[in-house]
Amino acid sequence: MYSKVLTFLLILCSTTIYAQNVNVTGTVTEATSGQPLPGVNVLIKNTSRGASTDFDGNFSLTDVPLNSVLVFSYLGYQSKEVTVVNNQPLNVVLDEDSQSLDEVVVIGYCTQKKKEITGAVSVVSSETIEDLKPTRIEQALQGQVAGVNIVSNSGSPGAAATISIRGVSSNGDTRPLILVDGTVVEDLSVINPNDIESVNVLKDATAGIYGVRAANGVILITTKTGRKSMPITVEYNGYAGFQETTRKLPLLNATEYALLLNEAYAANGDPSPFPDVSGLGQGTDWQDEVFETAPIVSNAITIKGGGEKSTYAYSGSFLTQDGIVGGNKSNFSRFTHRLAYGLDFLENFNLNSGITWTTTSRRQLPENGIGSVLFNAINMAPTFGVNDAATGLGFEIVNPRRQIDNTFDRFLVDKFNGNINLSYKFLEHFTAQASYQFNYAEVDRTLFSPQIDYGIQGTVDKVFDLDRSQVLETRDFFRDYTFDAFIKYERLFNDTHNVNVLLGTSVFKSTGNNTGFVGFGIPGNSIANASIEQASSVQNIFPFDTTFDARLLSYFARVQYDYKGKYLLSAVIRRDGSSNFGPENKFGYFPSGSVGWIVSEESFFKSEFVNFLKLRGSYGILGNDRIGAFRFVSVLDGEGVYVFDDNLQFGTTPGAISNPEIKWERQKTLDIGLDMRFWDNRLDLTLDYYNKRTEDLLVSPPVSGILGASGPGSSSPFINAGIVENKGFELSLGFTERFNENTRLSIKYNVATVDNNVVSVSASGDFIPGGQFGVGQLEPARMEAGQPIGYFRGFRTAGIFQNQAQIDSSPVLNDNTLPGDLIFVDINGDGIINDDDRTYIGDPIPDATMGLNISFDYKNFDFGAYAFASVGNDIVRNYERNLPNANRTTYFLDRWRGEGTSNSFPRVTTGATNNTLFSDFYVEDGSFIRLQNVQLGYSFSSEILERWGLQKLRIYVSASNLFTLTEYSGFDPTASTGQPIGGGIDYGFYPTPRTYLLGMNLKL
Amino acid sequence: MKNLKITFVFILLIVMASCSDDFVDVSPNNENSEDFFNSEEDYQNALIAAYDLLQSTYLNVMLGEIASDNTLAGGENPNDVPGIQEIDDMIHTPINEQLRSIWSWMYAGVNRANYILEFQNKTDFEGKEGVLAQARFLRAYYYFELVKWFGDIPFAVDTRLQFGDQFEIPRTAKETVYEQIELDLIYAADNLPYVQQETGRVTKGAAQALLGKVYLYQDKFAESANVLEDLINNGPYDLLTDYSTMFENDNENNIESVFEVQYTDLEGAGFGCLQCSEGNVAVGFNGIRSYNGPVFESGFSFNVPTQEVVNAFEPGDMRLETAILDIEAWAEQTGATFSTGNEHTGYYNRKYIARQGDLNTGDANLTNPNNYRAIRFADVLLMAAEALNRGGLNDMQAQMYLNRVRERAFGNTNNNITATGTALTNAIYRERRVELVGEGHHFFDLVRTGRAAQEINGFQSGKHELFPIPLVEIQLAGNQWQQNPGY
Repeated sequence: MYSKVLTFLLILCSTTIYAQNVNVTGTVTEATSGQPLPGVNVLIKNTSRGASTDFDGNFSLTDVPLNSVLVFSYLGYQSKEVTVVNNQPLNVVLDEDSQSLDEVVVIGYCTQKKKEITGAVSVVSSETIEDLKPTRIEQALQGQVAGVNIVSNSGSPGAAATISIRGVSSNGDTRPLILVDGTVVEDLSVINPNDIESVNVLKDATAGIYGVRAANGVILITTKTGRKSMPITVEYNGYAGFQETTRKLPLLNATEYALLLNEAYAANGDPSPFPDVSGLGQGTDWQDEVFETAPIVSNAITIKGGGEKSTYAYSGSFLTQDGIVGGNKSNFSRFTHRLAYGLDFLENFNLNSGITWTTTSRRQLPENGIGSVLFNAINMAPTFGVNDAATGLGFEIVNPRRQIDNTFDRFLVDKFNGNINLSYKFLEHFTAQASYQFNYAEVDRTLFSPQIDYGIQGTVDKVFDLDRSQVLETRDFFRDYTFDAFIKYERLFNDTHNVNVLLGTSVFKSTGNNTGFVGFGIPGNSIANASIEQASSVQNIFPFDTTFDARLLSYFARVQYDYKGKYLLSAVIRRDGSSNFGPENKFGYFPSGSVGWIVSEESFFKSEFVNFLKLRGSYGILGNDRIGAFRFVSVLDGEGVYVFDDNLQFGTTPGAISNPEIKWERQKTLDIGLDMRFWDNRLDLTLDYYNKRTEDLLVSPPVSGILGASGPGSSSPFINAGIVENKGFELSLGFTERFNENTRLSIKYNVATVDNNVVSVSASGDFIPGGQFGVGQLEPARMEAGQPIGYFRGFRTAGIFQNQAQIDSSPVLNDNTLPGDLIFVDINGDGIINDDDRTYIGDPIPDATMGLNISFDYKNFDFGAYAFASVGNDIVRNYERNLPNANRTTYFLDRWRGEGTSNSFPRVTTGATNNTLFSDFYVEDGSFIRLQNVQLGYSFSSEILERWGLQKLRIYVSASNLFTLTEYSGFDPTASTGQPIGGGIDYGFYPTPRTYLLGMNLKL
Repeated sequence: MKNLKITFVFILLIVMASCSDDFVDVSPNNENSEDFFNSEEDYQNALIAAYDLLQSTYLNVMLGEIASDNTLAGGENPNDVPGIQEIDDMIHTPINEQLRSIWSWMYAGVNRANYILEFQNKTDFEGKEGVLAQARFLRAYYYFELVKWFGDIPFAVDTRLQFGDQFEIPRTAKETVYEQIELDLIYAADNLPYVQQETGRVTKGAAQALLGKVYLYQDKFAESANVLEDLINNGPYDLLTDYSTMFENDNENNIESVFEVQYTDLEGAGFGCLQCSEGNVAVGFNGIRSYNGPVFESGFSFNVPTQEVVNAFEPGDMRLETAILDIEAWAEQTGATFSTGNEHTGYYNRKYIARQGDLNTGDANLTNPNNYRAIRFADVLLMAAEALNRGGLNDMQAQMYLNRVRERAFGNTNNNITATGTALTNAIYRERRVELVGEGHHFFDLVRTGRAAQEINGFQSGKHELFPIPLVEIQLAGNQWQQNPGY
């Protein structure tokens, strides 16, 4: 054993000679379990000499000077310093601490102690992820990290989420750069959250080391792997449970519906559609017909360990989840396999590698829009039965149950990604590292649309009915690789000047293409035959080459310096080249720098109360090139199709308008922060102020029509125009107290504010519209100077016209205004109501978001609760179809029915009315507090575990999304498409389900 | 030693990684538009793309009707497509989505035609004149639409307008634009055959008819009569005997069709890009609301004819039942059901409403295959009659052309017109209205003959002859253009 341990000694230099030296041996154990800790790093302070503990937690060091200090450090544990006074064996106990200041944080081509970080970096630990049981990793970030906002695009299984860090700074791509073990990952659904060790979020200019694509922030994900000299461990994590909807909208029953319709028809002078309402009763509750309780099951196994020179890990998982709408018709299933392997070829030459294979299958129903299943469930008349032959509502609303039965839409994704990383230490202070990462993905979609008639035989409801069956098959390929290489120089001079220099280069290449065909006339109108091969006629939907090729080439240098660990300094310069820009503008230079001062290390700093105080600041310029390939040159990828001899003829024409001048977007980010710990480290606080100013915004705004941008297959050019500013404060507070051996309490709270302002949009002071409201109306959202991005623009209302006299004395939009209608405010006071009176009536950006975590351990029980709040975001209610025969919510029972009956809810009519125009009547406060997760666990005691031969066994119950406090009247106040312009509009949002789980964690 | 080797390998790796800046010089897979036109095929393919925008003129046709006193906007409710509703009520402003579409789509067409003409001298091949002639016809067609709608317009000949040009280019007087349109159409007429191998191609007849029309719009009666009579006498066209079959799907590109915009239901379309549809979008928009019954299919109930235009048909005019569908009577007769939308008049534009029998490729409302009969021989006859009469050239000949149209309409000669002079002019105007109702010509006929103010409610002389240049277009071109008068 002794000789084996010797091989672990990383003796790189030994420059100092002491008079009296001893040999030191000892054992390191874990505080709570008393188990030996293998792989603990033991270092003689201020030297490079050290050792690691073996399988049994033992270590030994030879030739240690007396009175020197040994530093014991281990990821996730508080470091300990022990002074060597004699050669007696040492027994060292390490305390677990996820909040340790000595915790190392990945910050870009290296790790750094949290204490010494000068940027705004937040960490989400594996415990948090374990507690939350997210099916996607984004769910674990929501509310955990101040300044990171997650908008779920849908509550359906497998749905993506939009991540934005410190506000929305562009109307284009707002995704942060996500790196999993150094590999760029675009789609987080492929990652098994169980595999994740930690998530670090770089929010400020220190992300600049990642240069290009880091302008929206960087999320660094580290996955679990084995450690050297670690016995094989097997962990199993599994849970099963069910999901249900959090809310059903209060809709009119059949009788109420019939009466309301009669009134609406009468208001327009039309005969009553239901002369006799007796016997209609309650009718069909369409929400009951589409919502169901849906199962969710997850199993994951991790095997990991390490030999003397190697580490390995395997993990596999299977998740399957049905949807609360449509059950298995919206099923999401995912298999993941991951292998990681590390090997020390030589003491100074190491390999790390990993490969992941993910297969997902996702079935989907139409959602979030006119014609979606939930939209139909809300608007379908309750007077129809589920099995009625005539189940269409005449026009554009159909039986949602039949719609579910006749939807066959499936995505299959196969994805491989891998990385190999070689690192070599030489000449004492140098490290050279090279790594190669790749992604390969195939996305297959099969959408079968059977021939169907939703109405009375022969009625053509053209929106849903289909005269001939068709199948759509698409296959998209994505391949990319990244090759990084760098040299590091690290040296501590005179115990005071610590210098760390990094020089590196990175190349990235991404290619891919799309193929797709539509086949018509499927034999037997059956899903069994739904393939292009069996279709009677086939059309290629990509008649031209769709291959893309995007590349990046970067060089970077970083200097980090600290004086006695007190004064910290870091500077980065990067030169990035992107194939997205023309020859003149390919390369950009992006500098950033940061400083830190650990005040509490100063001798003058004497405080009993404050244990740690650090001030830090950073400023930098980051670049963004996300505009897609070849926008600087006019290429022939437009659509030019015409009909000769009754056949389609495909021509050739330029596509998107080119702009040869297009260049890098630049984001200037300032961050000033403060980290503090007080009260014997029980309380920690992080406070940040940030100001992000994005200039030369890459936008594709409307351009002059004379350029032909609205021709088929063409689009606006990208131009550098506009400035967007995001600023705000972020505060995180943590409190941890161990009352006694059995009782531990931890409370974490964070709040972030964001003040978003569009400074300018383009040279001519223009705006960019977006979103959709109702049918055929103007776009309700805009990006416009002086307003938050994507603000809602419509009429402001001032109650309801009570009588004709009031109308006669007021400016109105047109003759259709009658008593009972909304009063639109004449904003510009010109005595007429027109488009110029549309104004700001809300915006979807929350003023503040907050997260609160409480965890409490008592003996073998652990309890955790986590709440999330969003304040000041507005939502547009757009799930009500404005058709005469559509069903309504019970809010309509409070409508205006004569003078003095209501001053808030307008009359109903089937006739001409302006009440359906976009106004603040449709904008609601979307603020909410949500109890995101509550969990109670029980861990079996060590006696029982020993008897069963287990290391750990914990069972738990957990409930997610238990309740939401909100004033919003729709399904879910988190409803959003996540678009910068047009987000926050509720088109019949698929609500995030409430989930109850029973699970266990087992370790062999 | 070993360490040295590894050091060497590492340094090599890093050197390899630091590849030269050429790494980010990538050539696009699709051809650069500057390097095209190397073969006849290239020219032919670019020409197909220039034709494409003809399909987007469905909106010009719809609005040309709705703006007039022939039809009302209709739709689901008074706010269904506000741009259309406002034009119907003559309360349109420079903020109008649909006017912007017409502006942008016609310029997309101009640019595609100019793209070919910019490179017309690059590669020679047999029959190139025919390709260039078609391109010039298309450019004239799009420019003529722009001049009709907006008057003086930014104007480019044989060169594409590229990004940046919009800040420099002024509005050119419409007289100059008309000059070029005439040159283009004369060239097209000289270089195209009366009969093309493929149906749907521009022919000599189409060029002559459009040229005659363009002259007429400028009150150049002699030139107009000259070219139109040449077409009448030498072209292969004639009136279709049975007017009632004119607009049916199985009678496309018939003997009366001088120029026809081709549509098909073979490809799907969506609301996100109406101009991308290969189908006739107007037909779905015009269709009967929530219709359930024989022959027709449902649509969005836009563009509904007024009682006044129905009354404009004389007793015995057989065209009425082809042109106008009395939905209430039809429902009573066949048991069909329908629902009423905004401004329900009880009438539908029967020439261009959705019919059963097409493939209903999704979105079925946007992919109706009905071709638009852009220039019919009846139109040519009436234009020739008008030119002869108003130019004081030959009223007898004018009567003869007019009566050819009327004889078919009434099935006899009893209703022939014998008037001359102004009375004949008015008779020709009346005839144009009923013969061509629903085909998008009436508003511009009223404007060019100075009758709009008396016929259209809300029409202000000196203002509504032209539509406003969309405000956003003025802004996007750097505020260098003056708005049309009155807006």
